[in-house]
Amino acid sequence: MPAVTTEPLAFQDLILTLQKYWGDQGCAILQPYDIEVGAGTLHPATVLRALGPRPWKAAYVQPSRRPGDGRYGENPNRLQHYYQFQVILKPNPDNLQELYLGSLAAIGIDPKLHDIRFVEDDWENPTVGAWGLGWEVWCDGMEVTQFTYFQGVGGIEVDVVSGELTYGLERLAMYVQGVDNVYDLKFTREGLTYGEVFLENERQQSEANFHGYDVDGLKRRFEDMVAEVERFLAMKGPQDQALVLPAYDQVLKASHLFNLMDARGAIAVAERQSYIGRIRDLCKACATDWVERERERA
Amino acid sequence: MPQLLLELFSEEIPARMQAGAARDFERMAADRLKAAGLSYESLTTFAGPRRLTLVVEGLPAATPDREEELKGPKTSAPEQALDGFLRKTGLTRDQLVERDGVLFAVISSKGQPTADLIPDMVDGIVRAFPWPKSMRWGSGTLRWVRPLKRIVALFDGHVVPFEIDGVVFGDVTEGHRFLGSGKPFAVRDFADYRKKLEDHYVLLDVADRKLRILEAAQKVCADRGLALVDDDGLLDEVAGLAEWPTPILGDMDPQFLDLPPEVVQLSMKVHQKYFAVRDPATHRLAPHFVVVANVEASDGGKALAAGNSRVLSARLNDARFFWDEDLKTGFDVWNDKLKGVTFHAKLGTLAERVDRIAALAREIAPLVGADADEAERAARLAKADLASGMVGEFPELQGVMGGYYARAMPPSNPAAPASVPPAGGHPPTQSPPAGGSTREAGEGGHGDVIADAVRDHYRPQGPADTVPTAPLTVVVALADKLDTLVGFFAIDEKPTGSKDPFALRRAALGVIRLVLENDVRVPLKSLVKRAQSEIMIWGSQRRACAVVAVGPLQIESVWSSKDFAGPGRDFEMAFDVAEIEKSSLPAEQVWFIQDEEPSIYGGCYSEEGLSDIQKHLLLAMPGPELFSEQLLAFFADRLKVLLRDQGKRHDLVDAVFALGDDDLVRIVRRVEALDAFLATDDGANLLAGYKRASNILRAEEKKGPLPAGEPVALTGAPAEETALIAAVSTAAAAVDAALQTEDFAAAMRALAALRAPVDAFFTAVMVNSDIAAERDNRLKLLGQVRAVMGRVADFGMISG
Repeated sequence: MPAVTTEPLAFQDLILTLQKYWGDQGCAILQPYDIEVGAGTLHPATVLRALGPRPWKAAYVQPSRRPGDGRYGENPNRLQHYYQFQVILKPNPDNLQELYLGSLAAIGIDPKLHDIRFVEDDWENPTVGAWGLGWEVWCDGMEVTQFTYFQGVGGIEVDVVSGELTYGLERLAMYVQGVDNVYDLKFTREGLTYGEVFLENERQQSEANFHGYDVDGLKRRFEDMVAEVERFLAMKGPQDQALVLPAYDQVLKASHLFNLMDARGAIAVAERQSYIGRIRDLCKACATDWVERERERA
Repeated sequence: MPQLLLELFSEEIPARMQAGAARDFERMAADRLKAAGLSYESLTTFAGPRRLTLVVEGLPAATPDREEELKGPKTSAPEQALDGFLRKTGLTRDQLVERDGVLFAVISSKGQPTADLIPDMVDGIVRAFPWPKSMRWGSGTLRWVRPLKRIVALFDGHVVPFEIDGVVFGDVTEGHRFLGSGKPFAVRDFADYRKKLEDHYVLLDVADRKLRILEAAQKVCADRGLALVDDDGLLDEVAGLAEWPTPILGDMDPQFLDLPPEVVQLSMKVHQKYFAVRDPATHRLAPHFVVVANVEASDGGKALAAGNSRVLSARLNDARFFWDEDLKTGFDVWNDKLKGVTFHAKLGTLAERVDRIAALAREIAPLVGADADEAERAARLAKADLASGMVGEFPELQGVMGGYYARAMPPSNPAAPASVPPAGGHPPTQSPPAGGSTREAGEGGHGDVIADAVRDHYRPQGPADTVPTAPLTVVVALADKLDTLVGFFAIDEKPTGSKDPFALRRAALGVIRLVLENDVRVPLKSLVKRAQSEIMIWGSQRRACAVVAVGPLQIESVWSSKDFAGPGRDFEMAFDVAEIEKSSLPAEQVWFIQDEEPSIYGGCYSEEGLSDIQKHLLLAMPGPELFSEQLLAFFADRLKVLLRDQGKRHDLVDAVFALGDDDLVRIVRRVEALDAFLATDDGANLLAGYKRASNILRAEEKKGPLPAGEPVALTGAPAEETALIAAVSTAAAAVDAALQTEDFAAAMRALAALRAPVDAFFTAVMVNSDIAAERDNRLKLLGQVRAVMGRVADFGMISG
């Protein structure tokens, strides 16, 4: 076997390699959604496009915000802001596992040298009423990807099953580069570190998430967003459609506001289910309108 | 004889579902073969990470020809009946056979080639397979646990032509995902299939995979002078995660051995599925682990071990974070958090449960020789770790972590988190322990006795678990389990059949073992009543403020006012029904608890209607007598199971329980003495005598009341009668004396002395004398025999 001793990929090269790989597989390479989300799945390119019968292939990086996971830049593994690389293929091709393993090979992970395992993980996102079956993919004991066959979104069973891959980019890069602390990751080949890009952001955002945001303001804005969703869904667009896309944007904003309130410790146990339930219902309303239109368009 | 080989090849099947899938596959195939009339010599199934396999040996090439006779209408039946029968059978009138005026149709079916029956059979199995969770994929509608890729279906060496939703039956399968050629290959029969799989790095049989793991794991440890920590559950799981399992020893940063070993081991197991490794000399954990990889890596596993080692460090760093943060947080903060954690929707929060357990622990403490204040302190710490970071991460460590923290932390920890400076000017009297290596920093802690009670109060967790013996631990363990039992019985969540979602049988067995193995003398019934009153108090408190406004009323009920009035409850919660009627409260503001006796006690409310919980707790729950009897019957059942497992007769438990005793220690001693007694000749014969006496008495009782009073030595009475009168009187005194001192063997000996006179009496004396005085005297005598024996056990419940 020829010994390939190439330099491990820098963080940005990892992203570029995955984009190239999935672009070559026919995916539209999208850019991140411009609203705060907790996971790449919430990008409308996944959540909404997974509904309805029309085929769809896309890949994109999505910055993800989880306010409660902030550690002031002091924990080597936890961040309140990080990147996911998201791939959605609808319907899932028969050889999705092989395609996925091909992407690992592209970023320099040799399955004969490393232990790649598909470990059961039934994925569920209660706030958007989405669920699927699949695995966590382990590389030498580290979870590097969430691999899911979507079964339902917004509480609606899917017409056609999408295969969804979510790569945890920081973890994957730490693995590829052999680094123990996320802030030591090489962002560029030239040596700019992840810490130089993001450490100060983690410090400031953590403080704001845990102690800064005005709780009353968050609650008010949450209610405003909820009202906005209902208004948009009741409005009609030029082709007589409900304004699902703007409505869904407000759902995402409400969801992020909820996460901020949670990080501030402002959600009592008893309230929690009610908040999640409200977001899920709004999401479901969007999904229901969307899927109806998609079925018409198909 | 032909062989059938089936393989359902899919993407990775969850490890936890594989064993069940193999069983379901076997059952479904056997059922369908039987239904098709196919016999076979053997049927075997295998389940692994990517395939389910079935091999059936010794099938016939075809099903036998069959002839079946169908009964039709009578010859005299109307025309329509005959038409219907002909339609149903597809025959004509002249093809039917007539016998005794009834028409019969003889339907003969030709045997079918077995191969023709297989497609339907496989189709049926695949479509009806009971996966715990299944999914669709692509644009198809078929459901399987994960996408189904290939089906091998070979009968007698030939492919059975068929397809299910586009998956075409064939003779081609795949080997290991990464090792070997990576190319699909054809197989001829089972032997060829199994061998080729192995050539392609797949061990078909889970037993082979387990053996390979165990042997290699022990070897990689032994090579370094270490020993593997066995874990059967983990072995089962990893054997379902790899087709070519290859154990590799990795290194752990030794600094993590400062953490509690339970934490290290569980973190490795739960998150990483690694086996722990110990030093055989010290029996302590060694700074290593065994990972079971799915590949034989081309570098011997070096890169793989290093990668796993890094991941483990990150995991254990997380664990260390929880440990350090927990040590900075402490019991006060956790207990505060428990106020927001629901134990059960109908039984309130964990904090409320802790209050009940603490109150019960105070009651139990003196019975076990423990201090009530200490018992309450331990009880109030016992559940706190449920709010700790570590137990949040590893629920299995409940109790264990509480024990560590109680040992490490001072009794009243400043509640403020470490990052917030104390508000006042004075510095904290004791700085919080620094993280990491403070496991033994117990000088300022709660003390070992309390820490042990916190750690072990969940025990015994099953029949095999050891029972705590330290008095304080026994107290908290009993209080914990009694609250659980009484609580769930109160909301009518009793176990039924195989369903016991709250593990109440285990809790009851735990109480029984704690009591018996520690020789604890507790009146179980009054403890149950006490626990019930705690639940009642809790149920009442939920809206106590409204009751206060009503003002005190007099009580006339089983519970005294002090049961209800207590610190913070300076109002009366129970009322005499007459008082309530007199009080002219609006009817909807009054609630009652119905006891089995006519007495009614209750309270009242004003603001809201009763919630469902309150309705149940306050209206439907039986009063203390009935309720405690129900629970005691449940304990009796568990005790019977326990004694049966020890080879004792369960009817003896019934016979002793019937006496109404609720002291388990005494009950078991009685059962043991009784068991020994009945094994003797005297015992067996006396039991027969008892039954005879009791049959006579029962028959007489049906006619009317038995004569009352003492038997006397009538003049002219047979010597056997007079002798028995004397013997009964002697035995009665001896039995009473023996029972006083709980010397049950002596009580049995006293009864044994009755055997000869009883036998002699029945041989020589006719009870049913024509002379009324004689008859009455003899009935009185037999009544005495029954009564004396009845003080020891209810012999009527013992099967002879």
